[in-house]
Formats: sequence, C-alpha cells, structure tokens
Amino acid sequence: MLRFLIRRTLFGIIVLWVIVTTVFFMFFVASPGDPARLFAGRQATEQTVTLVRHHLGLDQPVYVQYGRYLRGFLRYPPDLGESFVTHEKVLDAIIRQAPVTLSVAFGAAVIWLLIAIPIGVLAATRPKSLADRGATIFALAGISLPSFVLGMIVFNVLFFIPATKWNVDFFQVSGWTPLTEDPIGWLRHLILPWITLALLYAATYSRLTRGSLLETLGEDYIRTARAKGLTERTVVYKHGLRSAITPIVTVFGLDFGALLGGTIITEKIFGLPGIGQYALNSVTNQDLPAIMGTVLFAAFFIVVMNIIVDIAYAFLDPRVRLN
Amino acid sequence: MTSVIDSFAAEPMSVEPLAEPGGPIHRKIQGRSPWRLAWERLWRDKLAMASLAVIVLLVLFAVGAPVVAAVTGHPVDEQYRDTGLTEDGVPVGPNSTFWLGTDSLGRDLLVRIAYGARVSLFVGIFGTLLAVIIGTVIGVTSGYFGGGVDGFISRAIDVVLGFPFLVTAIALVAVFQPSIKITIAVILFFMWAPVARIVRGQVLSLREKEFIEAARSVGSGDLRVMFVDIVPNLIGPLIVYGTLLIPQVIVLEATLSFLGLGDPGQPSWGGILAEVQNGSLYTIAWWMLVFPALALLITTLAFNLLGDGLRDAFDPGSDRTLAK
Repeated sequence: MLRFLIRRTLFGIIVLWVIVTTVFFMFFVASPGDPARLFAGRQATEQTVTLVRHHLGLDQPVYVQYGRYLRGFLRYPPDLGESFVTHEKVLDAIIRQAPVTLSVAFGAAVIWLLIAIPIGVLAATRPKSLADRGATIFALAGISLPSFVLGMIVFNVLFFIPATKWNVDFFQVSGWTPLTEDPIGWLRHLILPWITLALLYAATYSRLTRGSLLETLGEDYIRTARAKGLTERTVVYKHGLRSAITPIVTVFGLDFGALLGGTIITEKIFGLPGIGQYALNSVTNQDLPAIMGTVLFAAFFIVVMNIIVDIAYAFLDPRVRLN
Repeated sequence: MTSVIDSFAAEPMSVEPLAEPGGPIHRKIQGRSPWRLAWERLWRDKLAMASLAVIVLLVLFAVGAPVVAAVTGHPVDEQYRDTGLTEDGVPVGPNSTFWLGTDSLGRDLLVRIAYGARVSLFVGIFGTLLAVIIGTVIGVTSGYFGGGVDGFISRAIDVVLGFPFLVTAIALVAVFQPSIKITIAVILFFMWAPVARIVRGQVLSLREKEFIEAARSVGSGDLRVMFVDIVPNLIGPLIVYGTLLIPQVIVLEATLSFLGLGDPGQPSWGGILAEVQNGSLYTIAWWMLVFPALALLITTLAFNLLGDGLRDAFDPGSDRTLAK
C-alpha cells in the first residue's frame, strides 16, 4: 500500500511537471503579447516598460525564468508568482476563489449521484420497461446537449423569465455569498449552477449505472445469492451495486477532479467568481502567471483524484490488490 | 468489442455454385462480407437511418450556405440596420424577409446559422478524422511493439489525459490567436490520446492471433503487419468510436466559440449563443437562443444516434448500450 502510494505520487508529480513545462514553454514560444507592457499598464513609457521587464526578470533567458518558476513551487508556501494585471499573488487569488468552485462542484456531485444511481438501478432492474426507456431518452438528451446550452436554458427558464415577468427573484446570479456568512444566500447563488451540472452529469451516470449493474446482475454469484434466498433488495443493493459501482467510481473521480479545477462554463453563465471565472479572465488578459496557476491547480486535482480512485478500488473490490 | 474483431478477422465466406448450369439444383449461395452484413443491419435500424438522413441534410445545408444566402438575398455579413433592427436597435423576430429573425447587428440569422454549420461540421468531421488517424498510428505502434515503446506511449497518454482539458484548451487558443486552424490543433492535442488508448488495447489482443503469425511467417515486415493486417481489423470499432467522437468535438468547438475563442471572422453557433448570453437577449430575442441551440442539439443528437446504430450494426451481439 505504502509503496503503491509513493509510486503513484511520484508519477503524479512527473505529470504535473510535464504539464507546467508544456504550458510554460507554449507561452514563451508563441505568446504575441508583451507581459511587461501588460504589467506596466497602458500609460507606461518605454522606459517604465523596460524597467518592469527587468523587475519581472522577463529580460532574462527563458531557461533562467523557467528555473526560477520551478523553484517557486519548492518554497513554503509555494510561490506561483504575481498576476500581471491585478498584481495579486496568484496563490492568494486561487485560495480566495476556491470556495466558490468547491461549493459548486461538491453540491452538484451530491445531487447528480442522488439522481443518477436510483435511476440507473431502476432502469437496470426493469430493462425495456417504460422507466428504462425514459432513462434512455434522459441520457441521450444529456449527452447531446452542450453544457453551456443547458446552462443558458436553466438561466432563462428558472431565473431570467421569472425575475423579469413575475418579479420572482429567489435565485441569484452574479456574485457570491460565503456559506459561513449567510447559508440561505449561499444556497440562492448555488442552486441553479447545481441543477445545471447535476442534470448534465446525471444523464451519463444513470446510463453508466444501468450498464454496469445489468452486467453484474448476470454474474453467477448473483444467482447464488438469489438461490440462497436473499431478498431481491439485498441482492441488488448489497451484492450487485457494490460491485457495479467500481466503474462509476473511476469516471466519477475523473469528472469530479476536472470540476474542482474550475467549473468554467457554469461560473461564466451564472456569474460566479470562482476559479473557472478567474481562469477565463486570465486567458483573456494573457495573464501568464495566473494562467499557469489555474492550469496547475486544475491538474493537481485531476492527479490527486486519480490516486484516490485507485485506492478506492481496493476498498470496493476485494479482488484488487495495490501492487 | 472482441466480437467485432472476430467478425472482421474471419475471411468473408463465399460458396461457389455447386451444380453445373442447367443441372437440377440451381440455387446459388452468395457470400456476404461483414461490411455488407453491417450495412444491412444498419439499413433496418430506422432511427440510425433517420439520423444519417439528418446528417446528410445538415452537410447539404452547410455546403449550400452560399445558396441559402442567395435565396434569401442576404449576404452573411450584411447588416440590415433599417429592416433587420427595430427603431430601438433591437433584432427583429422571424418574418417573411428574415425567416429566423436577425441578430443584434441586424444580420440574417438563417444565413449565419447556415455558415455556422460549415464551421461546426468541418471542425467536427475533419478534426475527428485527423484525431482518429493520429491516435490509430500511435496506438498501433504502442500495442504492436510493446515493451519500452509501449511504456513510453502509455505514459504519454496518461499525461495528456491528466491535462485539465478546458482550461488548457482556452489558454492554448488565446495564446495562438483564435482561428479554425488552432481550434483543430487543440482538438488534436487532446483527442489523439483516448483513441490511441482504445486502439492499443485492441492491438494487444489482435497481435496474438494466428493470422498475424501467418503474416509474419510469409515474411511480412512490421509496417506491413501493422497497417495491412492489423489496421483493417480496427476499422469497424474506429468508425463507431469516431462517429461518437464527432458530437464531442462539435460541442468543444461551440464551447470555445461561446467563450469568445472561436474564429472571429466566421459565424458559428457557439458565437451566436455567446451574443445572447453576453447581451442578455434571452427574452428580447428568443430566436437567437432557440435556433442555434436547436441546430447544435439536432447535430449532436444525430451523430450520437447514428453512432449507436453503427455499434449495433457492427457488433450485433451487444446490448443497446447507449453511452456506455
């Protein structure tokens, strides 16, 4: 177990390093903008820009800058540099905005699992029934509908039309209220983003649950369980679902990891000031340190979730040994 | 998936006519290739055929975009500030001049959707095709040679799949300046990896089959075995996977355009929807939300349904496993 963890962590660090390096050099090879000019502002004279360039170390060779950037990580707390636009420390900005993204991702994940798994079980235990067909259509719509279109529909139907036509303004868009300050206000900002993401992912997950459970229920040990007189409920939930859940855990780990790194589309549509919005703004402003920071932050979650998924496997499936 | 391979690995059955002409038995048994069988199964699948018809119509709509412009008499970038906008400068809804209404600059929405179809379908189909080709070459190399080559390529796939997809995609596009070319390049950067992973898995089992041994025993070189003996056996699964990849690529292109990172010189479905979102045109101009969204939904739905039908056609033993 420990050896496995060490090996996976080392590989995770290598993945992060390759990603950072790729993104770093991509910007230096191709970036048409001049970061020093951006940092100095529009009004700056040529002299100021040169000074700023020197101050940021941008007049040094690329490999020197690269080395300095990497060394920043090894400090405690890690130094991800300073935004060219807002001059805020990138790590501080990320820490400040992370609660928004984490709230969106956690809430949505809970809802979509609560919707998807029961639908999947229902569809699998009654294949070809009306419920099953309904679940198929739900899944097909969810897979075909782009996330931003669904977001716009939810925004329009549940916020814009009620607010403009009937002055119903329970749901709020644009801005953010921390949970610790006002739980109700927090909910009012989050319910619509949750609905959007949950619908989108529940579609795929209900299908995944159905397929996986159908396969499991065809296994010999399920027949044994039925033969020894267990109730259908115990057979399906205790014996079937436990084994059927492994592929879902894999996909969930990857999806959830990706969401933690920034729910870009949802945050843009509902005006939430989270990591996704920060990433989008950094990209628009060519704010190199901020882009690097958000990419790294997102990649970090993907790598960590991958490791967690592998460990979860060993707990869920006794056949898996971590070596 | 293995049954697909088996059916393609088998030689097409053909039986010579047994009896001489004029003899008592005159029945001719005709051999049907796996391709023919798959096509016949697809032909019977009404939903898949309807989807195929929709896709053909969409392609005609895209190719014929200049025709749409000519019929309506509205060039794609022409702004009709007098007839296409109300006195308050608000876009006008569907009417006899502008069948699907106009956008916020008074341009004909129908014509812009037609030109948008060109971008979506070109990026979707061409991007997927390139990704599948590159992924296949890399995957076959990895699976066939095994050992260190396989180890290296597999790790590279892991790294690419570890990239935060959308953040990196928007960063890449922004740095290189938005254009159709860079959109396709970004798609290729990410999409070769899942294709290569699937192909590699298939090749690992294929290379142990007898017909590969037979090919080697008659002196076929590595390249010949890889691309003449192995790759044809992958075409069935690749067509299925590729068809299901197209809607994902189309959605990715639309998402980039929606985030303001599409080709600025080209009208696109995602771009029109971004206009609605950024200008809060939801209730003022519902047609700007509904029509491009419908175009996008119909397109992705058609490709998903066709991909599903193709899977059934190539792999009749499997259950109808949508999005598994």
